[in-house]
Amino acid sequence: MATEILMPALSPTMEEGTLAKWLVKEGDTVSSGDIMAEIETDKATMEFEAVDEGVIGKILIPEGTEGVKVNTAIAILVEDGEEVGATPASAPAAEAPAVPEPAPATAAPAAPVADTSPDWPDGTAMKQQTVREALRDAMAEEMRADPTVYLMGEEVGEYQGAYKVSQGLLDEFGAKRVIDTPITEHGFTGIAVGAAFGGLRPIVEFMTFNFAMQAIDQIINSAAKTLYMSGGQMGAPMVFRGPNGAAARVGAQHSQDFTAWYSHVPGLKVAMPYSASDAKGLLKTAIRDPNPVIFLENEILYGRSFDVPEIDDYTVPFGKARIWREGTDVTLVSFGIGMTYALEAADRLAEDGISAEVLDLRTIRPMDTAAILKSVMKTNRCVTVEEGWPQNAVGNYITSVIMQEAFDYLDAPVINLTGKDVPMPYAANLEKLALVTTDEVIEAVKKVTYR
Amino acid sequence: MAARKTTKTPNVSAEELKTHYRDMLLIRRFEEKAGQLYGMGLIGGFCHLYIGQEAVVVGLEAAAEEGDKRVTSYRDHGHMLACGMDANGVMAELTGREGGYSKGKGGSMHMFSKEKHFYGGHGIVGAQVPIGAGLAFADKYLENGRVTFAYFGDGAANQGQIYETFNMAALWDLPVVFVIENNQYAMGTAQKRSTSTPELFTRGEAFGIPGEAVDGMNVLSVKEAGEKAVAHCRSGKGPYILEVKTYRYRGHSMSDPAKYRTREEVQKMREERDPIEQVRDMLLTGKHASEDDLKTIDKEIKDIVNASAEFAKESPEPALDELWTDIYADATE
Repeated sequence: MATEILMPALSPTMEEGTLAKWLVKEGDTVSSGDIMAEIETDKATMEFEAVDEGVIGKILIPEGTEGVKVNTAIAILVEDGEEVGATPASAPAAEAPAVPEPAPATAAPAAPVADTSPDWPDGTAMKQQTVREALRDAMAEEMRADPTVYLMGEEVGEYQGAYKVSQGLLDEFGAKRVIDTPITEHGFTGIAVGAAFGGLRPIVEFMTFNFAMQAIDQIINSAAKTLYMSGGQMGAPMVFRGPNGAAARVGAQHSQDFTAWYSHVPGLKVAMPYSASDAKGLLKTAIRDPNPVIFLENEILYGRSFDVPEIDDYTVPFGKARIWREGTDVTLVSFGIGMTYALEAADRLAEDGISAEVLDLRTIRPMDTAAILKSVMKTNRCVTVEEGWPQNAVGNYITSVIMQEAFDYLDAPVINLTGKDVPMPYAANLEKLALVTTDEVIEAVKKVTYR
Repeated sequence: MAARKTTKTPNVSAEELKTHYRDMLLIRRFEEKAGQLYGMGLIGGFCHLYIGQEAVVVGLEAAAEEGDKRVTSYRDHGHMLACGMDANGVMAELTGREGGYSKGKGGSMHMFSKEKHFYGGHGIVGAQVPIGAGLAFADKYLENGRVTFAYFGDGAANQGQIYETFNMAALWDLPVVFVIENNQYAMGTAQKRSTSTPELFTRGEAFGIPGEAVDGMNVLSVKEAGEKAVAHCRSGKGPYILEVKTYRYRGHSMSDPAKYRTREEVQKMREERDPIEQVRDMLLTGKHASEDDLKTIDKEIKDIVNASAEFAKESPEPALDELWTDIYADATE
């Protein structure tokens, strides 16, 4: 049976090419792998090989022809003994699949009603605990509950944690589940991703997220994208945690806030607790989550004490903001250490008769935009507070959501307060200048309230 | 045809030889068909064919046990077919259709099968190596006796994360076979232009990982070396390195004109060392099979491959709402 040999596409972008040279002539026998012709694409001259066995019955396009469209018949292949010139069987269907009318992207669901339920019932007994202790308790409780949860990182075991977050875990769980790694972020992160594919639930501690830049390929290309690329077959249920952002006087390479970076990525979830109760409740949720979670802590907050509810198995859901303070004149949206400045500013603004509502996002992805919109629709003004850099900051995204969903409610432009657009300086006075401050929050609020 | 080097008649059954022949031929014919569909515009983007390297995966799969794991780079079609994944599902993924292993969302370089313990299909050179050690880490943690094959090329062998992984795999005695598929070219860069020491199997010496070089054009040699490596790993002695010396006949990807080597070099390899022809010779000269027997196998393979191409053309494109699925797994709470 005669078949048509078609002009091949030889690169991802090729639509036509030059049939530079025939290396076979009519009557030649070819078999799979034989080079039949040279074809010039937009990039290079390529050899074109036979796929089927047969005899070249007729050459339809002579060599030297330019602008031969992909899928044009260039020769006819017949079976040995078959009459040359036999009518070719219809060429294999090669038309590109019909492109359907572009459907509108699945409409964003209508803004859900914000869940403003309290994190714990009234009358719950509370205890004072540092963020550091709360994080450790969260890990210990989850490791007791699930034998596939394990912790790996630099100095997490015998040293008891570079910042003592994993204190006591080696004693309780042993070296099989509390694993000191060599200083090889890229390698041990990849190993943890493989372990997650293989059925474990790793917690990877980075001594700081600055060092995770060495491993960011594994976090994004391997952990975040595999569920999608595998059509839902397998993903990476794991937590990447450690201190993020500026500490104090550690300079440019140890002071970066990565919230905006990670919250850009579909497939990752990003949590950033401010209080000890949220540190505990969010970390427990993160460990149980079947997706890769970036858990951004803060060195300055580790030693701070907060009330933590004495509830067995206390968890905080992702995607639910916490309203720390209700107010009517302006909405302050922040997360992590930014909450320190937002709350201090709200206290001082109250003395001036300005009532600020303060929202702690707690998770940046998913983001509780419903809570932000609900508050802004009430206060008509918004200031966002974060430590990261200004271009493509988390606040920029919040602003765009407000513009699109609540434009008519705004009485002033939204202001995004961020760290300054500079690498972190070492000098004490300059470092102070580079960070966002309570005074800046107050100034911004006065601006949007026209005081 | 030029004289072909064949090993002395090995101690191997006719059935085993036929199985190797069949498994390698399936990869060869499948890849030829994939190249054809690419030329017709039915497969897009990057497409890296495995033609010439068939003996590597077929030999190593013959050394694996049920439940053992494998992970590799973007030149992954052969690995998938060799571990028993369905040709239809692989080809339909190449054409980006709903019936593909990743529902059309992964493509040639990103395919997976949990059922067959195939963990990808990774497009970042070298990234699959720590992942392979991580799979072995999980198996050791779960004490299930499984071994992982982590495949990578001579190009990837210069990536830093591989040496981080060697260190930890040796430190923690992880049951992983590092398989370096040395096809001599990292895209267009010959090994001698990129690599300070050519003997890649010695790259684990600094970490105390034993290694050996194997003739990757001879499926029986590969299998024998694989069995030794697997036994080492499964007995708890830690990782093992196999440098499998092989050759790819086609370009790095479909759009590679392969001007960095001569046509004669490729032709010589095909005529003298072809892995499939070697087994074919053993079958015929050992009178394990007749020409007719082999024709029957050829036809069987051709039918499987043609059916996969038909399936890959007829399977519909994924539904548009698939754009938004599989980004996050549902939290159980």
